[in-house]
Amino acid sequence: MSQPPSITLSVPEGSESDGQEPSPDNERALHTSFHQLILEQSSLIEAGLELELQERSRESPAYLAVPDARAVAWPEPGQSEEHPSYSPATLQILASMPSRTIGHSLGAIISQYCNRTARLRRQSVRPPLQQLCRTARPTLRQYDLETDPASATLEEKWRQLVKELLSLPPSQRSHVLLTMPLHLEEKRNLRRKVSGQRVTLRQHTHHWAPFSSCAWSKFCIVLGCRGLWYRLLSLLRAARPWHYALKQIGGRFGSSVLSYFLFLKTLLMLNFLSFFILLAFVVVPQAVHPPASVSPPPFTGLELLTGGGHFTHSLLYYGYYSNITLNDPCSSSPKGSVCPLAHPPLPYNLPLAYLFSIGVSFLVTCILLVYSVSRSFRESVRSSTEELAIKVFCTWDFKVIQRRSVKLQCENICTLLKELLVERRSRSHPQSCSQRLGHGLVMLLAWALALGSVSGSVLAVHFFLEHMHTVQQEQQAQDSGRWQQEAVLLVLPLVVSLLNALMPYLFNFLAMWEKQDSPVTQLYVAIIRNLILKTMVLILLCYQWLNRSVTCSTECWETCVGQDLYRFMVMDFIFTLLDTLFGELIWRLILEKKVKTKRRPEFDVARNVLELIYGQTLTWLGILYAPLLPAVQMLKLLLLFYIKKTSLMRNCQSPSKPWQASRMSTIFNTLLCFPSFLGAAAFLSYTIWTAHPSETCGPFRGLETIYESGKRWVLVLEKSNPNITWFAWVYQNLLENTSLLFFMSVALM
Amino acid sequence: MGGSASLIPRDLLGEYQELTFLSKQEILLAYKRFSELLPKDERENGWSARVPKSQILTLPELRANPFQHRICRVFSTSDTRDDSMSFEDFLDMLSVFSDSATSDIKSHYAFRIFDFDEDGTLDRKDLEQLVNCLTGQGEESRLSSEEMEQLIQNILEESDIDKDGTINLSEFQHVVSRSPDFASSFKIVL
Repeated sequence: MSQPPSITLSVPEGSESDGQEPSPDNERALHTSFHQLILEQSSLIEAGLELELQERSRESPAYLAVPDARAVAWPEPGQSEEHPSYSPATLQILASMPSRTIGHSLGAIISQYCNRTARLRRQSVRPPLQQLCRTARPTLRQYDLETDPASATLEEKWRQLVKELLSLPPSQRSHVLLTMPLHLEEKRNLRRKVSGQRVTLRQHTHHWAPFSSCAWSKFCIVLGCRGLWYRLLSLLRAARPWHYALKQIGGRFGSSVLSYFLFLKTLLMLNFLSFFILLAFVVVPQAVHPPASVSPPPFTGLELLTGGGHFTHSLLYYGYYSNITLNDPCSSSPKGSVCPLAHPPLPYNLPLAYLFSIGVSFLVTCILLVYSVSRSFRESVRSSTEELAIKVFCTWDFKVIQRRSVKLQCENICTLLKELLVERRSRSHPQSCSQRLGHGLVMLLAWALALGSVSGSVLAVHFFLEHMHTVQQEQQAQDSGRWQQEAVLLVLPLVVSLLNALMPYLFNFLAMWEKQDSPVTQLYVAIIRNLILKTMVLILLCYQWLNRSVTCSTECWETCVGQDLYRFMVMDFIFTLLDTLFGELIWRLILEKKVKTKRRPEFDVARNVLELIYGQTLTWLGILYAPLLPAVQMLKLLLLFYIKKTSLMRNCQSPSKPWQASRMSTIFNTLLCFPSFLGAAAFLSYTIWTAHPSETCGPFRGLETIYESGKRWVLVLEKSNPNITWFAWVYQNLLENTSLLFFMSVALM
Repeated sequence: MGGSASLIPRDLLGEYQELTFLSKQEILLAYKRFSELLPKDERENGWSARVPKSQILTLPELRANPFQHRICRVFSTSDTRDDSMSFEDFLDMLSVFSDSATSDIKSHYAFRIFDFDEDGTLDRKDLEQLVNCLTGQGEESRLSSEEMEQLIQNILEESDIDKDGTINLSEFQHVVSRSPDFASSFKIVL
């Protein structure tokens, strides 16, 4: 944020005799007087510069091309010899003109920072209110209170600054030094002067009390720990994964494509957290104490695709996990009798661990997502992107370093500026009524078509589902081969992924026909349409999964759902690969060989990010039914990173549409949080509260609902230890009161 | 990188860390890249040597940048005004363009880079040169004179608060603070 300008004004004597200074309440008068002052001084400057130019042309015509006003702005003492016609006073006035010297002349910077440190010091020591004079009000002169730069030389200003710095506390001192826009050499001199003086000061103060040996060892330990901590932090910062790859991508394609890869990295981190929690508390204990189960069928390669067969009774799915307390010595003794063992090994209640680790991983993910959304929201709300000044000053992306990409960036900026100028001009000539009506009609029709196609695809999926169920039942009745059954199960994910892959192209055609005014609106409309399609399909599938107990062939419906989700994820990955292959590689070959243009396909960031969000939603939906699903998702994201990067480098060109990086990343984070994560959390809560677990498999077999295990644990706790009834009360009210949860999540935002 | 660590004295490294926005690894990497620009015989004393401008402009990060000459001019502390850079100038530049630099400092230096005639303000000529740098050197991608006129008029309307026909540092910083993209685009990473 910009600081209020601390203007070093040299107010001429005459204005004081005019009477009272304009009161700060009378803004207009203040502004006009300020404006007049600047006009006067700038006319002085112009006169001075003209004279200087004339002098210069007499001295050396070569310098005329670059009028070096810098020599005027730096009030070096030796300068008076160069310009004998100007008195030092005139030079000082010219040098300290506010609009000319702020941020440029060394003296002005020093004075500015002098005032800043003085203000910092004054902030910490504020005079009590009673001491303030009734008539004391802030005036412009107060900026001049500490220093009067018109009379101070450079040396004096340095000394003043050093004095001010010394009076600050050390942490603020180093911060002020850091944020000063001076050259490094000057900062080092300043620092040396400040620390040198500090050393002399210390010599004059009283001797400290000698350290006791205890305090000394504590001091050493603290220093050693701190050194270790800093070394660890620096190690972490040094081990930046993919740093060079991301720099390559940003250097060639700019911030828009880079945001996709950064989003991928964020998702990877979120999945790693969930995976770690589940691994530590659920998977490893179960792996160490495997349940007695039937020997699984031998491993064939097809399991990777279908998730069944060898994988069905493995750690991957819900059905494998036992519902007993692991390592419990009393498991064999009847209920109610006292346990005779003296040293009980660590009992581990697996169902409880299952429930709680899923809850904790969701909570951690929720907190991280909400935090990232709020942070990026705060930043992007500030932008008002229609302003040309902002476009001109802030659009150049210094990260782009390849020559070709720089040229493309120049072209993009040129197109952008021309479009904005055309828009400004057309705003003064608005469209006629009939044109607007026509445009509105076209938009309405396009939206009707889009929504119609979405409902059509949802209905198609629904009827396909019914058909698949009848086919499955027929197969069960006929007892056909295992491979046929598995192949039939793959068809539904195939159809859904096909729809998700093809419909965006239809939406692109609609958008081309629609011809929106601004490309930003076009982007938003495309995102909304894709989002609606994916959300509708997922809602239908969720509804179908919740009623899965009716249609699953085995007795364990949760494993069925887990397998379904696994298949959906694998199919999604395969289709992303196919889309990369056909959309980028083959399309580039077609463009090069057949159409023979230099243009290559562009990387559609919005569509790819929506695909990532879809994949992540599938993971979150399935985490209850397949605890190792985050690991599968992590593997998928890793492979995706390298495949997308390779395809990008070889086949694509930089995007030609404008991209507001911060606003887009806010939108993507919000989309990840709201429809995606919240939907998955709602689905999970509904399952935990109402779904009836299967009788013969999983950690919650035999219970009415999954939530009951938590309730039972609370009852057991209450019975065994009456002191913690408050905890039980908190638990009951907090978790059972869903409205409270809702208010908490709103408050978190 | 371990070898170059011994070439910068430890207290100097600590000082650089305190006075710039760079971390220790970034400073060492900068030293490595800087010494590669020096001729072989001068490499031991890298942190006191000066590299001529032509060598600095061979860095891939600056090679294709349209503001390369301005960047060298602004950060160079050479007495002979030949825009040669010492290691400390190089660190200065990297610090301002780094991730952790404050928006204040970035906008301060952006102003100085865009001030082509170095008079302390952005007047019409500066803005025209700036737009020409942005749109590139090709003939097709330049704005026509009417478009340029309209653009500069709009820019001055939006940002010139005291209506003196030029944009000074405070006005520039005020405009730039409204854009959340500035800090992320004003970045060069080694």
